[in-house]
Amino acid sequence: MKILTGNDLKTGAVTWWDGSGWSLHVEDCADVGDKGEDIIAREQAARRVFAAYVIDGEKTDGGIRPAHIKDRIRALGPTVRPDLTLKPADPEAGNWVI
Amino acid sequence: MSDTQLRFRDDEPVADPAVTVDSFGDQSNAAAVRIEPGDDARDLLPFLDRLKLVEVNFPVFGDGRGYSAARILREAGYTGELRAVGDVLIDQLAAMRRCGFDSFAPEAPLDPADAEAALARWPDVYQSAADARAPIWAKRHG
Amino acid sequence: MYKYDQYDHAMVEARVAEFRDQTRRRLDGSLTEEQFRPLRLMNGLYLQLHAYMLRVAVPYGTLNSRQMRMLGDIADKYDRGYGHFTTRQNIQYNWIKLEDAPDILADLATVEMHAIQTSGNCIRNISSDQYAGAAADELVDPRPYAELLRQWSSFHPEFTYLPRKFKIAVIANETDRAAMRLHDIGIKLVKNDAGEVGARFYVGGGMGRTPMIAPMIREFVPLDQLVTYAEACLRVYNRYGRRDNKYKARIKILVHEIGAEEYTRQVEEEFAHLLGQGVEPPIAELERIMAFFADPPFEAGAAGEIDRSDPDFALWVDRNCHEHKQAGYVIATVSLKPVGGIPGDASADQIRLMADLAKEYSFDELRVTHAQNIVFPHVRKADLYTLWQKLDTAGLGTANLDLIGDIIACPGLDYCSLANARSIPIAQKISERFAQGGKEDAIGELKLKISGCINACGHHHAGHIGILGVDKKGVENYQLLLGGSEAEDTSLGRITGPGFDEDGIVDAVEKATDVYLAQRKDGERFLDTYRRIGIDPFKEAIYE
Repeated sequence: MKILTGNDLKTGAVTWWDGSGWSLHVEDCADVGDKGEDIIAREQAARRVFAAYVIDGEKTDGGIRPAHIKDRIRALGPTVRPDLTLKPADPEAGNWVI
Repeated sequence: MSDTQLRFRDDEPVADPAVTVDSFGDQSNAAAVRIEPGDDARDLLPFLDRLKLVEVNFPVFGDGRGYSAARILREAGYTGELRAVGDVLIDQLAAMRRCGFDSFAPEAPLDPADAEAALARWPDVYQSAADARAPIWAKRHG
Repeated sequence: MYKYDQYDHAMVEARVAEFRDQTRRRLDGSLTEEQFRPLRLMNGLYLQLHAYMLRVAVPYGTLNSRQMRMLGDIADKYDRGYGHFTTRQNIQYNWIKLEDAPDILADLATVEMHAIQTSGNCIRNISSDQYAGAAADELVDPRPYAELLRQWSSFHPEFTYLPRKFKIAVIANETDRAAMRLHDIGIKLVKNDAGEVGARFYVGGGMGRTPMIAPMIREFVPLDQLVTYAEACLRVYNRYGRRDNKYKARIKILVHEIGAEEYTRQVEEEFAHLLGQGVEPPIAELERIMAFFADPPFEAGAAGEIDRSDPDFALWVDRNCHEHKQAGYVIATVSLKPVGGIPGDASADQIRLMADLAKEYSFDELRVTHAQNIVFPHVRKADLYTLWQKLDTAGLGTANLDLIGDIIACPGLDYCSLANARSIPIAQKISERFAQGGKEDAIGELKLKISGCINACGHHHAGHIGILGVDKKGVENYQLLLGGSEAEDTSLGRITGPGFDEDGIVDAVEKATDVYLAQRKDGERFLDTYRRIGIDPFKEAIYE
């Protein structure tokens, strides 16, 4: 599947396109098919996101995961600081990243 | 061809069309020239007496060669109009003025209030350049 | 150290106002991201993997305690309670919001700090020897010259859109602690036969994807022509540096392609012209700046002995302290490389503690080193034990300066949007592996440097052992380099062969050190043995 990611203009936070807006959680991703570039153009023009790009994603038992390691690290947070990731309380949260 | 939006001179603008640097030397009646980023501004130095307008083109704002071209002309004593054209944006105006540009013909019109604020931004300057501003070191030891 | 006058204050405040206005125009849509990007970069604001990152300048690595405390406060107020000290002697924060950035710059301005030109295709923060003004063997304090150049390069109207970034280092010592010849311009202050101080210029060095050692282009530039000569170097680069390919745009490529001789000829021609243009500040300006760098009021006849009865302390003294020019004082380095830690990271509390301790024990002064450590430049020997105890309780007492655990590592794929592989976990594993069983001790000086991509922010080309992380079909892979140095014996490392996975690279490093331990002769460092025996014995052991 094709999924869409970028950063929130004001905060810089990593965000994921959920079909109608931008979520902090990769699990919320919608499959954008071949519509990625259109959505990017529209959303960047409206300044709801910037530096957005289309990537490959996979549906797994744990949820949607980006295909490339760089985007998996973006989706969770730095692997060397589990306390600063999106799921600081869960020591297993990063098992799918590397 | 974009209009000149900002001009800091009192003389009449030159109406002549600007020719390329490599053809300027052969056209003894030409008074206006257009410098592209790859041109050597020093090729114009033999002709300063008949030059009245130099346009320096910025095809993209990130190509800074035009700043050196402008300063080189002013250092050589050129006093005619020096116009920045092309991808000229608000946030480059102050540095361009310092390098000797005295008119601006941006591709996309600039917000007049933002342009005015940008040009008035710097209370002082650290370096001597092609404008008349005294650098901070001169004021400290004036 | 240098203090702002009304002019410096006004300039930095104008920059804060300018960036506030630019941020407003970005948020209201007047500026596109493409237009805003170079503007935010020139204020040190990047987009990294997880958020915006802000890089704050620490000019030539020198800080006072008030500034250091502000760095800690910013980490708490606007970030997530920590900062990362960098190989450019700066600090960066990883979790900054664009809407906060103008306020952070305003806070920094209150302590005479800024983020001006810490990124972008302009002249960056100028680096220097972290022992400047304290080392026993320096010719002069290089920092006044760096400050003179800092002011010249700040908002330089002609050199704000260079082909690529531009880094300058200034040293004044035979011992090079600033990787001087791996800079776009390296300046070494020297004396001529007449006994006058002047500047020797090296141009066209750098790391990155095409590492090069800068050739010397001028043996002696008189001090009253220093700025003019630098201006000539930059003008030739601005006009003729390549702009067709960003990977070939650094000045090292220009110097390499046209040759050092031809580049020098063009610079000399431009220099002769610029001498008549009045760009040089009067020597009185240099003297004004020098006055700020006068020695602090050292205590004459301070005790010359250190009480070494605590063995842990004695070890730290031996490893982390350096001879001072003033009897009774030492230069003490705080290692930000605890075993298994993240190289260069410090918590807000640690940063504030170092600020307090510098005020009490080091004449209010600190330095950031390019090896990502912190220096207390002027510590009385009599205070050293107390200082160490206070550092040690805060996790800042690691005794490993210049040992294999004192690793330079870029943020790598954990934080950086350019990285291909993670650097920090490799550094952590290596430091843990060698901390066991006294191996780190047995090896002695070994500078290990890790970069997570070919941009070489972790200086891997210049490590006695270098590690380069690459992306091999979506999997992290690590190449090993041997034989680099960024000291006065500058050299570039060679790749040993095929890369390794995460555990494999740690094993390979250990095998390389085993070869050294087996083959070293009297007093040789790892680098010396490597230079004597060559790469082959190491390759055999690593790929057996």
